[in-house]
Amino acid sequence: MHIVIIGNGVSGITTARHIRKLSDHTITVISSETEHFFSRTALMYIYMGHMKYEHTKPYEDWFWMKNRINLIKDHVITIHPKTKKITLQNRDDITYDKLVLATGSVSNKFGWPGQDLEGVQGLYSYQDLELLERNTNQVNRAVIVGGGLIGIELAEMLHSRHIPTTFLVRESKYWNNILPDEEAELIGKHIRKNGIDLRLETELKEIISDENGRAKAVITSTGETIKCQLVGLTAGVSPNIQLVKDSEIESQRGILVNEYLETNIEDIYALGDCAQFRNPKPGHPPVEQLWYTGKIQAEALAKTICGKRTKYERGIWFNSAKFFDVEYQTYGFVYNKPREGEQTFYWEHPDKEICFRLVFTTDFKIIGFNFFGMRYRQVTADKFIREEKTVEHVMQNLKEGFFDPEFYTNYYSDILDAWNNAYPNYNIQQKRKKFSINLLN
Amino acid sequence: MIAIQKIGLAIFIISLAIFIGSLSMSNYRLTEDVLASTITKTEHLELIKPAVANMLDEEYTSKFSFIRDFNVAFNAINEQFKANQEWDKVIYDNYTFPIVKNASVGFLTENLGILFLISFVFTCLGGLLYILPTIKTLGLPGIKNNGIYHNAATNRGWIGIIIGTGLIVFYIFLYKFPEYITNWVLLLDPLSYALSGSPATQWFLYGTMYTLVMMVMGVRMFIKYRHNKYQMIRTGSVVFFQLSLAFILPNLMSKLSMPSMDLKNMWPLDYTFFFDYRINEFISAGTLGYWMFGWGIALFLIGVPVLVYFYGKRWYCSWVCGCGGLAETLGDPYRQLSDKSLKAWKIERYLVHGVLVFVVLMTTAVLYTFFTGENKFIGIDSYKIRENYGFLIGFIFSGAVGTGFYPFMGNRVWCRFGCPLAAYLGLVQRFKSRFRITTNGGQCISCGNCSTYCEMGIDVRWYAQRGENIVRSSCVGCGVCAAVCPRGVLKLENADPSNRLAPYIRPEDL
Repeated sequence: MHIVIIGNGVSGITTARHIRKLSDHTITVISSETEHFFSRTALMYIYMGHMKYEHTKPYEDWFWMKNRINLIKDHVITIHPKTKKITLQNRDDITYDKLVLATGSVSNKFGWPGQDLEGVQGLYSYQDLELLERNTNQVNRAVIVGGGLIGIELAEMLHSRHIPTTFLVRESKYWNNILPDEEAELIGKHIRKNGIDLRLETELKEIISDENGRAKAVITSTGETIKCQLVGLTAGVSPNIQLVKDSEIESQRGILVNEYLETNIEDIYALGDCAQFRNPKPGHPPVEQLWYTGKIQAEALAKTICGKRTKYERGIWFNSAKFFDVEYQTYGFVYNKPREGEQTFYWEHPDKEICFRLVFTTDFKIIGFNFFGMRYRQVTADKFIREEKTVEHVMQNLKEGFFDPEFYTNYYSDILDAWNNAYPNYNIQQKRKKFSINLLN
Repeated sequence: MIAIQKIGLAIFIISLAIFIGSLSMSNYRLTEDVLASTITKTEHLELIKPAVANMLDEEYTSKFSFIRDFNVAFNAINEQFKANQEWDKVIYDNYTFPIVKNASVGFLTENLGILFLISFVFTCLGGLLYILPTIKTLGLPGIKNNGIYHNAATNRGWIGIIIGTGLIVFYIFLYKFPEYITNWVLLLDPLSYALSGSPATQWFLYGTMYTLVMMVMGVRMFIKYRHNKYQMIRTGSVVFFQLSLAFILPNLMSKLSMPSMDLKNMWPLDYTFFFDYRINEFISAGTLGYWMFGWGIALFLIGVPVLVYFYGKRWYCSWVCGCGGLAETLGDPYRQLSDKSLKAWKIERYLVHGVLVFVVLMTTAVLYTFFTGENKFIGIDSYKIRENYGFLIGFIFSGAVGTGFYPFMGNRVWCRFGCPLAAYLGLVQRFKSRFRITTNGGQCISCGNCSTYCEMGIDVRWYAQRGENIVRSSCVGCGVCAAVCPRGVLKLENADPSNRLAPYIRPEDL
């Protein structure tokens, strides 16, 4: 059986690897982005000089031939589901038995005037990185539009090259559509501390061109004109559905799939950033654009393709990020505002960028955690949430899960004090370990 | 801030240039006094004095012709003995180095103080002036590896090539031609007399430079990792052990006429530990000598297995060891240059365990000779084996390649490919230890920072992205993978050894 995978990002490649683990099928992976799989999440570090492109490749180049995964660097133009063929830009048609669509995302553009000028770009692909290198050759100021994770990554990248940067964010606090107020406030302060000109409640109205068709300034929703030579459009990404838009493969925002990642056409599957679930489970977004969900989807899909039809089960939600120097880990659901029947407990270090949040039900069952400036063990948090432990139990046993490097100050006692102040009825005493055991650990 | 850095760099480069230039700041005049004070064995003095008669009281402006003339005269004596097969009369003492040193006259000897100040104090001050402003220029505390691959010093560019070549040349002179760097040694005579009560040797020069470099570059580590207590404490530890146990204490012990020993160095890294002259020195020094000999044996026989079981090999390699200490301070800017390929790992395993076998054989042969008086061990001259080990491993591998290759192959070339002690510690760590690097569930995003900054060339990401813990014999526990991870995925831990290889499995997949 010949399995063709379009896209060599983490979803496509993980699918290929797991199909190889489970079977001897012929596997072909096609991408027009790069010859080999690289880690998209590390693009920023190439620009910042932490790594070179070769370091972002999780597998050495010999890996693919050794595992009989054929790599083709080409662009797919059309899919012909009836004849089970795909047409490539530079090569002869390829026939497939099963086809996997893992085409990823494209940067959002919301029809701003001037959005296609030179010097205006998103940050998603390897080509975007090369473009950014050219675009920031001679730059006095950059403007970033859109306060999400890619926006702050771009801000950190430009900051590393000492390029003055203005960061336009629509919300009244940074990433406040996801982060609760306190955390959003803390990160906003941290962004400013790094010298970024953060403009809250400010949107892009227009990008102005110079005589050569290059961006020379932006006009914001507050009417201000900011001179700049680079405009980074980072207002999120959308599924890349270019290839299927006019085909019989159904799509809305993304390519529509069921929980088995099957599209409406037999033997065609989609996963990762480009896929949209027809009936997402409660609490599951229809489009999941995450590294780890791509991997989990790929493992399920590989089983399905190899004959064991398997549902995609994400498990307890988690995520992580790094905002300049502040690390963030979240487990379970923490919304920007507590939903009905939820309450939260928040602790923040008086002068460091460290904070902690618990979300729990009105009957004190744990729902989720936020950690900023602290690392926490996924298995521990996952277990608390999965087993619907009481907050009392969680607070009593919280210490098991801290994951900071050795000798770091641990704030468990401070968190506990704050908790006991806020909820004197649930007074929790710290468990003491024997000194000898502490020494060994 | 940038201006201060530029001034610091200028001071450093000028001082370094003067230090290098000081090699040509002496003339050489051999006198009877110099001969008599340098050659204390009268039978040798009687042989050498007539042979060098035509050199006496003549002032040489060129070090090269002075050394040449002396060596010609000296070698003629030995050649005569060898031709007559009078083996017992052949002079094995190396007189060239002390003769050159003691025959030095002129500008340098008359200006020792100011040249010492420039060479050893101003270079350090310049370095510190360059380093200290990074508190501000690096930005807020945190991982700041910005521009490492854009910088010719740290991306195998031209600056790196110059630094590496300079280091290799230095090691060649230090080990093989110390008579050409006597001026540097002279600069340290006052310090050496104060510390150890005897004149400086090239090894005192090496020790001083080594310690100073570690302290200055240690300051750089403190600033770079000021957000990370593990790195700060670890750096403090290696600098402390170098300064106290490796540098000051052995010199003080010499001053007090005790056998001197670096109490933290151990066999098989200290490969001369069981050589006849060392054992004899221990035995002749009475109780203290016996204690030292016992300590040295207990360290590798009991200390290694016990401490590696509890803490991993890091307790030695990145907390105590001198080679590791230099790698973690001077070498930190080059850690990303280690080769992460599977091929490099295969070569590493053959090489490092090969050296371990070599040192065990060599030591067995040497001890066999020591106890039996028999020179041949399974048909090979044990002196030849130990001579070869010293040249190949002691000089070329651990010195010239081990340090000189920092800017080309990363800062742990010796520790990774050559150190027999690291191999031994690694075997314990791999098979019987509580130490591992824990991977935090499914949080890894395969970015590759961990692998890139692993000085031992471990492909950390390979494990992290599969949710597997990292249990590798080569890991020295420097903790930088965990420090550079942007997602909080890695943690160095000592815990119950029974489950340390168990991978993370999602509850959904159970």
